[in-house]
Amino acid sequence: MRIDCDVLIIGGGPAGLCAARSLLGTGLKVLILERDPFLGGQLLKQTHMFFGSKEQYAGTRGFEIGQILTREVQASPNITVMLETVASGYYPEENFILALEKEKKLYQVYFKKVIVATGASEKSLLFEGNDLPGIYGAGAVQTLMNMYGVMPGKDIIMIGSGNIGLIVSYQLLQAGVKVKAILEAAPTVGGYFVHAAKVSRMGIPIFTQTTVKRALGRNALEGVEIVSLDSKWQYVPGTERKWPCDTLCLAVGLSPMSELLWQFQCEMRYVSELGGYVAKRNPFMQTTHPDVYIAGDVSGVEEASSAMLEGTIAGFAVSKALHKMLDSVDQVIQNSQTFLDEMHVGTIGEKIRNGLAKVEVDVCL
Amino acid sequence: MFIKNGYLDIDELGERMPSEERFEQGPVAILECIQQIPCNPCQNACSRGAILPFQSINDTPTIDMDKCNGCGNCISACPGLAIFVVWKNYNQENSLIKLPLELLPFPEEGDSVELMNRKGEKVGTGKVIKVQKTKQNSKSRVIWVEVPKKLAMDVRHVARSNNHEK
Ligand SMILES: Cc1cc2nc3c(=O)[nH]c(=O)nc-3n(C[C@H](O)[C@H](O)[C@H](O)COP(=O)(O)OP(=O)(O)OC[C@H]3O[C@@H](n4cnc5c(N)ncnc54)[C@H](O)[C@@H]3O)c2cc1C
Ligand code: SF4
Ligand code: SF4
Repeated sequence: MRIDCDVLIIGGGPAGLCAARSLLGTGLKVLILERDPFLGGQLLKQTHMFFGSKEQYAGTRGFEIGQILTREVQASPNITVMLETVASGYYPEENFILALEKEKKLYQVYFKKVIVATGASEKSLLFEGNDLPGIYGAGAVQTLMNMYGVMPGKDIIMIGSGNIGLIVSYQLLQAGVKVKAILEAAPTVGGYFVHAAKVSRMGIPIFTQTTVKRALGRNALEGVEIVSLDSKWQYVPGTERKWPCDTLCLAVGLSPMSELLWQFQCEMRYVSELGGYVAKRNPFMQTTHPDVYIAGDVSGVEEASSAMLEGTIAGFAVSKALHKMLDSVDQVIQNSQTFLDEMHVGTIGEKIRNGLAKVEVDVCL
Repeated sequence: MFIKNGYLDIDELGERMPSEERFEQGPVAILECIQQIPCNPCQNACSRGAILPFQSINDTPTIDMDKCNGCGNCISACPGLAIFVVWKNYNQENSLIKLPLELLPFPEEGDSVELMNRKGEKVGTGKVIKVQKTKQNSKSRVIWVEVPKKLAMDVRHVARSNNHEK
């Protein structure tokens, strides 16, 4: 079946929802495709209070931000949402996106502009036995625990001390699960100090320069062998020790889900600071394909606060490109760009700044 | 070192450590937030203007300890759970600490609780004076706990005692 819209938004996380919200009242026909049965993306799993500034709902819990955005979008007549619908491919000859609803119905979706806001997927780690039951990605642990109320295990070791590893450890503790330790291969804690301080004072040790060497157990995880690393990230012989546990949680990073952008033949670049391959884009989030915009983790793995700002910028930029913008459009875009730049100031923002410098291009609207 | 272990050593507090004179004057907020991160809700949380306005969202917070009266309103606004109020000379033997808690079941007033330091080590027992519900954040509580004076700058978390049975 054929569907026509002015603006197609792929992904209903914070980036996609903010893009949609910027198109409220423009009269443009907006369609959001979301592969999950609900809107909100990663936000729905976040039970902790968010960072950022007031404008990006700092101090509000992630899932509540998701609810606020969802309500705004659902209440608007010019926005249609299709849930459980995957954007599965782009067909350049005819210029449509093929969408699959509930694994049954196929649609050809024609659009004038598309905003790709597909988020990121979890990275894994190579070690012996990493396919044993009991080894999860952090996303899966959060989904089980925070969305379905299921405890993933009783006795957990966390790999990765980035914000996700720290926050998921904290949420596990809140759920009453024992977190034995957090292991970090790097010489320093990866995430924000304040998150590390929360788990530390609850008695979880963080071991830097330490990683998992292999998983132990026959039919399910029974423990891990861990090992210390030297400054060149090599195993230090003789430091292996075995720790029992029934669950191992991997929080070793995310990489942008950029498959569709390859299909659009956007110019791509591998940028490790941003998590993997990302499309080059201008300050308006427009890629080198003039009809394709990006926002959120797919444009570089970062945070919900930046995803929301990028979504807002992309949405307004599209409304301008289609000549259906509000009078204040330039001002709003500029404000969001300023906020975004402010977020990247300082030592923590440095990595992102360096990454973005590699993908920012001047393609004109 | 916080960057290596995840918890800070007391010297890393630097200027955030109140002077003895300031402690003499009554309760004061301690902002254990020493790393630049994109976060700023604390700057709007103090109606007395004791937390100074940020230039950039990545600034670490600065407090004017003369303006702070230790009310603790800023505690629940901080998503980093990094703000504590210390009233060193609460009474002859004890100090009072106000700290954020997001862990169920909450202790109750009058309970005896285990006192934990920044590293999560048990350093003593204390008594819960008040369990405060806050407007900003209905799901967490600010716990007022009485601790031995010498632990005023160590205790940053409380846990219900194992023998807590009613
Ligand atoms: C444990 C954890 C803690 C976090 N804490 C914070 C925090 O404190 N503060 C903060 O600002 N950020 C935080 N974040 C990060 C934040 O959640 C993400 O950066 C943000 O959700 C990214 O938004 P997004 O819209 O780009 O992607 P997502 O939220 O991932 O949304 C993408 C959506 O697209 C859908 N999708 C993907 N592909 C398709 C397709 N082909 N067709 C249809 N739909 C598709 C997905 O189902 C998903 O719903 C945290 C993340 C995690 C995992
Ligand atoms: S304790 Fe009260 S007076 Fe002191 S900084 Fe916090 S809100 Fe302001
Ligand atoms: S709100 Fe808390 S974590 Fe955020 S800047 Fe202020 S003190 Fe630091």
